[in-house]
Amino acid sequence: MLDLKGYGPALMEGAIVTIELAFLSLALSVALGLIGASAKLSQSRVAKGIATTYTTLIRGVPDLVMMLLFYYGGQVAVNMLSDYIWEAYEIDFFFQFDPFISGVVTIGLIFGAYMTETFRGAFLAVEKGQIEAARAYGFTRLHTFRRIMLPQMLRHALPGLGNNWQVLLKTTALVSIIGLTDMVRVAEEAAKAERMPFHFFIPVAAVYLALTAGSELFIKWLDKRANVGVVQGS
Amino acid sequence: MPDFIAEWLNQNEIFTAMTIMEYWDGMVTTVHLVFLSLVIGLLVAVLLAILRTVRNPFVSGPVWLYTYLFRGTPLLIQLYIIYYGIAQIPGIQETFWWEIFREPFYPALLAFTLNTAAYTTEIIRGAIVSTPNGEIEAAKAYGMNWFMRMRRIVLPSAARRAVQAYSNEVIFMLHASAIASVVTIVDLTGAARNIYSRFYAPFDAFIFVALCYMALTFILVFAFRKLENHLLKHQRPVSG
Repeated sequence: MLDLKGYGPALMEGAIVTIELAFLSLALSVALGLIGASAKLSQSRVAKGIATTYTTLIRGVPDLVMMLLFYYGGQVAVNMLSDYIWEAYEIDFFFQFDPFISGVVTIGLIFGAYMTETFRGAFLAVEKGQIEAARAYGFTRLHTFRRIMLPQMLRHALPGLGNNWQVLLKTTALVSIIGLTDMVRVAEEAAKAERMPFHFFIPVAAVYLALTAGSELFIKWLDKRANVGVVQGS
Repeated sequence: MPDFIAEWLNQNEIFTAMTIMEYWDGMVTTVHLVFLSLVIGLLVAVLLAILRTVRNPFVSGPVWLYTYLFRGTPLLIQLYIIYYGIAQIPGIQETFWWEIFREPFYPALLAFTLNTAAYTTEIIRGAIVSTPNGEIEAAKAYGMNWFMRMRRIVLPSAARRAVQAYSNEVIFMLHASAIASVVTIVDLTGAARNIYSRFYAPFDAFIFVALCYMALTFILVFAFRKLENHLLKHQRPVSG
């Protein structure tokens, strides 16, 4: 059996941190993606401009640089804010910017931009007649969005969403660089201490592989379900 | 130069000639690393993609396994395995390979090359598989052998279909190369991290480097748009 030299429980905990991080970032990115896509498809020039700037900025900068900026910059910003609040109102306000939150915010923001593009395409793929029909039935705009657009758009968004999720899962490894004790971090420390890199990194790689392979199967299953009512051309 | 820029530069303690030089050296390292891994990765990928489309499962199977493993795990782990792992290979420290792999640049180059080759193999494979059958039949009717068909018909036609996905992979690689800084390579991100820790000025250090990456990204996007226009010339509308 694999002997993890007593690092087994720490690796296990690290794996749970990785999974939590991935799911929280996914939730944030989907929310941002829906907002971004709605902004890009809206009539308002300001909303469109903001959404376009957001996606362009995010896609131009590496994830790691963004993460370092949020983690180190976030702390400095909090310090400045807390100094200001103390001087102005004499209220003691401070919090430590921890790597987990920075990780979730950064990954959520980055993938929010990719999700924006995915959802935008998916919304556009919904037939126009559907929206017209909803209008004819007297649906309000919010109602149309929730009852007509959202359910029909998901089918088109699924392949892109799945892809983004796979990339997101692998990006979570980067958070170990800013000091989060996820499984990559534990493995790195163990590998250095025991001088056995293969022994610790290969199991971690296998966990990632299992996660991506499992999600691939799950996404395939979801895709099949979502397309049940659609006649596939041969 | 406008006055306010001159004034800002004079009052500035961070962006001196010294730090600008550090960023420049970092940029040279990043471009060097990314360019080499992309070029080698592309050459390897073309070969592997052809092997991947061969019917014999003993040929295509190992290639599939390789791309599956490298696409299913984070690049950071691959880098760690190669960087820390090479020194542990028994006997390597006596061979001349050790002289090469002792520098962090080469393990990083190896990891990046293997990673990008895996993704590119799948991109090219997709393009090869979707070659219209008529093109291949026509080539056979002209009496072309397998090698000539590949060289004259399949690969050029696949290149047109692959270029868009490949441009994404190139930009992905540029951004992924930022992790080279964790194995003590002073690339752009490494330079920014050094400058951050010297001045404790995260915004100056990281926003500047973000702008550098953005400039590189936009140059790549522009170059690929030109290339796409060139490759897809025949699809342009006549009245355009």
